[in-house]
Amino acid sequence: MSEAHAEMGFLRKYVFSTDHKIIGIQYGITALVFLFFGFCLMMMMRWQLAYPGEPIPLIGGLLGETRTDRGAMLPNFYNQLGAMHGTIMVFMGIVPLAVGAFGNYFVPLQIGAPDMAFPRLNMASYQAFVIGGVIMLVSFFLPGGAASSGWTSYAPLAVIATTGQTFWLFGMMFLIASSLLGGINFIVTIIHLRAEGLTFFRLPFFVWSQLVTAFLLVLAFPALQAASVMQLMDRLAGTSFFMPSGLVVGGEQIAAVGGGSPLLWQHLFWFLAHPEVYVLILPGMGIVAEVIAVNTRKPLWGYRPMVYSLLFLGFLSFGVWAHHMYMTGMGTTMSTFFQITTMIISIPSVIILTCLVISLWGASIRFPVPMLFALAFLPMFGIGGLTGLPLGLAAPDAFLHDTYYVIGHFHYVVAPGTIFALFAGIYHWWPKITGRQMNEALGKIHFWFSFLFMNGIFMPMMFEGMAGVSRRLFDPTIYVTGEAAHGLTIMTSWSAWGLALAQVPFIINFFWSMRKQEMAEDNPWQATTLEWATPTPPPHGNFPETVVAYSGPYEYSVPGAERDFSPQFIKQEA
Amino acid sequence: MVIPYRAEPHPLTGVTSGKLGIWIFLASEIMLFGSLFSSYVLLRVGTAAEYWPRGIEAGLNVPIGTMNTLILITSSVTMVMSWASLKMDKFDAFKRYLLATIVLGVVFLVVKAFEYGAKFDHHIYPAVGWPEATDPSIFYGLYFTLTGLHALHIFLGVLVNLWLLVYGAELWKTERVRYEGRIEISGLYWHFVDLVWIFLFPVLYLL
Repeated sequence: MSEAHAEMGFLRKYVFSTDHKIIGIQYGITALVFLFFGFCLMMMMRWQLAYPGEPIPLIGGLLGETRTDRGAMLPNFYNQLGAMHGTIMVFMGIVPLAVGAFGNYFVPLQIGAPDMAFPRLNMASYQAFVIGGVIMLVSFFLPGGAASSGWTSYAPLAVIATTGQTFWLFGMMFLIASSLLGGINFIVTIIHLRAEGLTFFRLPFFVWSQLVTAFLLVLAFPALQAASVMQLMDRLAGTSFFMPSGLVVGGEQIAAVGGGSPLLWQHLFWFLAHPEVYVLILPGMGIVAEVIAVNTRKPLWGYRPMVYSLLFLGFLSFGVWAHHMYMTGMGTTMSTFFQITTMIISIPSVIILTCLVISLWGASIRFPVPMLFALAFLPMFGIGGLTGLPLGLAAPDAFLHDTYYVIGHFHYVVAPGTIFALFAGIYHWWPKITGRQMNEALGKIHFWFSFLFMNGIFMPMMFEGMAGVSRRLFDPTIYVTGEAAHGLTIMTSWSAWGLALAQVPFIINFFWSMRKQEMAEDNPWQATTLEWATPTPPPHGNFPETVVAYSGPYEYSVPGAERDFSPQFIKQEA
Repeated sequence: MVIPYRAEPHPLTGVTSGKLGIWIFLASEIMLFGSLFSSYVLLRVGTAAEYWPRGIEAGLNVPIGTMNTLILITSSVTMVMSWASLKMDKFDAFKRYLLATIVLGVVFLVVKAFEYGAKFDHHIYPAVGWPEATDPSIFYGLYFTLTGLHALHIFLGVLVNLWLLVYGAELWKTERVRYEGRIEISGLYWHFVDLVWIFLFPVLYLL
């Protein structure tokens, strides 16, 4: 098989590849670039928040007169940055990295498959992702700039916004199509292409997390697809699905048919976007479970309860969306229902987190860089989850909803939560992808400073929020609450810039270790799952010989075994 | 490199990968159209009853709509006949039935285009409310959006069938089972799109 592919040209091999590993790397690199870009947008916002009205240093003069006034940010540009930071981080950064990159690369390897079930569909989903991403980026250069109605694009604000919003909708349609094709591919691959002997309860937890994630992608995203079609019709064809009758903006009545419902957009959006939260976190949990199992040298504690919790999470995530909408006046009956489901859904998350923590108990833990990130994930995700409880209840939500507390809460879940898990995954699987180990010293510098600054960013936000600082203000100092908490705002901003510096060792490590580090063995962490049965890096078609799974995924320190790990792919003597 | 279960069914699910894939795709399509039908319900419930027209009152042509319904149902029959002919090794009959399916799909689109044209002649556009009162409903917006999205699905189905008939048939000579599988998958999609119309027609024209 390798001979047949030997003469493939550069384009065919690296750009229009159908090999899941190449596509995984494409996704990974593109997503990391988008993550960095989205991070840069946020750093500009942090300048405006810390030093309102002062010229942005270094780049202030380069941004042009439509975005800045003598180097100082204009409010409209701030709104664009806010909307696009959210959109880029969620839809073009984390999902493609967690699902597109890690899922693509490691799901087929972990289940012993030669490739994904539909390799060409896989390529198409990456291309749709790139097209969607380019449309989003291009929108910055439109007259009026990019979308500026928040990443949620609430109507009617989004309907009357400038052309950037239309681009946002088109871009989103491509990103949704990409996720949809990817989701179908993952489900079929995991159900059909498992190696012989690899029953469902022998699947690594990471594969389970990708399976549930894929179902969420397939079933939740169409709601936003439908909503995007309707908002496009509102914007381009003059319908008013989301436009109420007699809407007055800036003292003038909007010329629209009327009769529509702004709430409808919120329902459709959050019907997607709540399952989307689990799309963001579940692959992260999967990676952390893998890393913890390898580095504690013992089986995951409570593998089956974790899987059942995962399935329950996936199922119930479709029934909690309106807890984002307590402030809309949708009524106490609805609020009660969604408060109950929200409290219930916290239970399986806690089960998974608790299982991961108990897995550490009694272990002789190794502390390589991926394990540091995985261990940091536990308390960070814990803080993110627990601070969500007050938001899940309508009464405290009334106080906290429009404050920085919400920003702090969900960033604790996604930034030091999921992103730390993704870093753990990068360090953990790097030797399998490149054949070389990443540098430990640079990795530790990266970890400790990231850990410090992540908390420096998001912990002050909790206090600011409880002090009543609104999360949507261009200049927080105009109100007394923001003025009083301004010290915390400045601390947050400096932490954000510190976090950027903390990524420098990672970037150096990324390029340096690709060439200069010593070669890794096929199974450097002495792990048990099937991806370590391949040569390093894995060839086209993955497994030179048919691989068979003889045991469960986490057979570490089996009593009586010669070594402290008993790989799935090696038959143990009875 | 051979990816298994392309032509042979998987022992666990009893279907090929392609067929499992199309079922999952159709599940997502149900969520897409389900979202739109839910929006219809929410918008209609939120509008006073006298402002929401029945299809006839709003000028939708029920006889033409009925005819289009029959055309689509017939095309579903010819689609399944084409697949059955292929299974029974009657390649010529298969081609005739598949061609009939494509033609019926095109006829549906042409009729739909004439319906749209008649609406435009009467100055009825998506942006027009019904009735033209102070608090109009957005019936026409829903009508154009839902039927338009459905017509797009029909159009894509026609393209796929056309490709299978003209270029894809090469596969029949080399890998018969896979080609039969593709026709079956295309048929499943086609039946689903018909089914959407079966719901759309009464909801928009009759209710």
